[in-house]
Amino acid sequence: MSSAPAIHPDTAAPAPASGGAHITAVTSGKGGVGKTFVTANLAAALARQGERVLVLDADLGLANLDVVLNLYPKLTLHDVFTGQTRLEDAILPAPGGFSVLLAGSGMIEYSRLTPTVRDQLHDVIQRVRPRFDRVLLDTGAGISDVVLYTISLADEVLIVATPEPTSLTDAYATIKVLATTQPRRLIRLLVNQVQRAGEARAIRKQLQLVVDRYVNSGLDKPVMIELLGEVPLDPTVREAVIRRELLLESAPGSAAAVALVAAAAKHLAG
Amino acid sequence: MPARPELDPHAKPEPARTAGAALPHGLNLDVALQLLQQSGHAALPGEPGSAAWLQALIDALVDLSSRDALTGLANRRSFELALAREIDRVARSGEPALLLTLDIDHFKRVNDSHGHAAGDLVIQAVGRALADTVRPMDLVARVGGEEFSIVLSSCPAAFGPQVTERIRQRVARSKVEIAPGESISVTVSIGGAFAPQWVRTTARLWMDRADLQLYRAKSEGRNRCCLEPAAVPLVSAEEKGLLFASSSFQDLT
Repeated sequence: MSSAPAIHPDTAAPAPASGGAHITAVTSGKGGVGKTFVTANLAAALARQGERVLVLDADLGLANLDVVLNLYPKLTLHDVFTGQTRLEDAILPAPGGFSVLLAGSGMIEYSRLTPTVRDQLHDVIQRVRPRFDRVLLDTGAGISDVVLYTISLADEVLIVATPEPTSLTDAYATIKVLATTQPRRLIRLLVNQVQRAGEARAIRKQLQLVVDRYVNSGLDKPVMIELLGEVPLDPTVREAVIRRELLLESAPGSAAAVALVAAAAKHLAG
Repeated sequence: MPARPELDPHAKPEPARTAGAALPHGLNLDVALQLLQQSGHAALPGEPGSAAWLQALIDALVDLSSRDALTGLANRRSFELALAREIDRVARSGEPALLLTLDIDHFKRVNDSHGHAAGDLVIQAVGRALADTVRPMDLVARVGGEEFSIVLSSCPAAFGPQVTERIRQRVARSKVEIAPGESISVTVSIGGAFAPQWVRTTARLWMDRADLQLYRAKSEGRNRCCLEPAAVPLVSAEEKGLLFASSSFQDLT
C-alpha cells in the first residue's frame, strides 16, 4: 500500500477554519505525572498572553481539577449532562485568569463511553468552542474509550510524561494506540519532573526511535513526536500543589513556572 | 449467486435492436443496452424511452458498475463506498464492525499448473463460498485479482474468531471442478480488524490494519485467520528494551 492515507478532517488536522477555539487534549497514559497540574498552569500562562482559555475536566471518572485549583463548584459538567443547569452557568472563572468546566462528583456513571456520554461530550465541546481561543481537555489517565474519544475531538494532543520508565512506557503505549486508531500524525510531548536540562530532548528522541521501528514501519505516514517543553523537578511545585495554588501565582519566578510559560509560548506559536 | 459472464472489452458493440430513433432527446443508448445484454441482464420493463424504462436502465447500469464482472460480487468501487458508510455508522452508533481481507493461498500455482480459465473458476468458487457463509447484511467484495474483502456490520468482538474461522473452513472444504472429472481445492488466508468504536477512522487506516493481519496469516503459514489483538496496546519487552536503551536518562531510574 503506497498511496497516501486519506485523513479524515474530523480528527486529523487542526481545524481553526471552523471559527472556534483551538482544542488540545492533554493526556498521559500513566496517572500521577502531573497532567492536571501542567494543564492548569499552561492555561494560566496562555491566559496571560491574552488568550481566552477554558480547561474542560474530561476526566469523567476521577476528576481532580477541582482539587488542583481549590474550587468547590456548585455547578459542574454533571449538572450540564443531566440537564440541571445551563452550560454557560457551569463555566466558572478559575484563579489564573482562565475558565474551567469541572466534571464534578457523580461523573462515575459517565466513565464508560455510552452513546449518551459520547453525544454530550461532543455537544459540550462544540458549544464552548466559539467562545474561547484555546480549550484544554484534561483527559483521564490511561487509554480508556472515553480518553481515546476525547482525544479524537481535539485538534492536537499533548502527552505529559515523566522520565520514569513506567510513565514512558505508558506514554509510548498511548502513542501506539493513537497511531493505529486515529489519523493524527503529530503528537506533542511535555516532560515533567526533569532532573537535568536537555533530558526531555533525549526522551523525545528515544520515543521517536521506538515509534519509528515498531509503529511507523506499519504506517503510510509516520507519527512524529514533537517536544513542547520540559519542566524541571522543582521543590516549589510540590509546595504549590500542597497549598493547592497555581505555580504561576505562588512562585512565578521558579524554574518550573518559567518552563511552563515557555511551553505555553511554544504552544501558541503552533 | 450466479456467476456473470465475463465482459469482453474487445467485443465490438453492435447496434442493439431497441429503436434508438424513438428515444427522447436523441439519446443513444446502444452501448449501454448492449452491456446489459452481455451481462445477462433481463429485458428492461416498460416502454423503451419511458421514464420507468430509463430509471430501470440507470439502475441496471449502476448495479453493473458496482459488481465485479467475474464473480458478481461487489467490486472495489462499491466496496470503498460501503466501507465509508460503515465507518460513518460505527462513529455514530459505536456498534462493532469487522473488516476482513482474504487472499487465496498460492493462487499463482493454480494459474501456472491449470491455466487461467481454471484460475477464474477458482476465484468464482471462492467468491460463492464467501457469499454463502456470511449474513445477507454483510458485504463481500472482490477487491483485486485473488483478493477479497468482507465488511461485517454489527459483529461483536467475541464472534470475530468464530465467523472468520467458519469462512476459512468453508473455502477449504469446497471442491472446484476445473475440468470434467478434475477437481481441486484451495485455501485462503484471512486478516481482520475491528473499527475503533465511536471514533471516526479512515478507510485507509482500517484496511491497512486488516492487511497487516493478512500478512501475519500468510507469514505464519497460510490457510489461517489472524485478527488484530484486542486494542490493549501491549508494549513488548523488545519495545521496552529499546525505549530504555538510552544511557542519557537510564541512570535516573
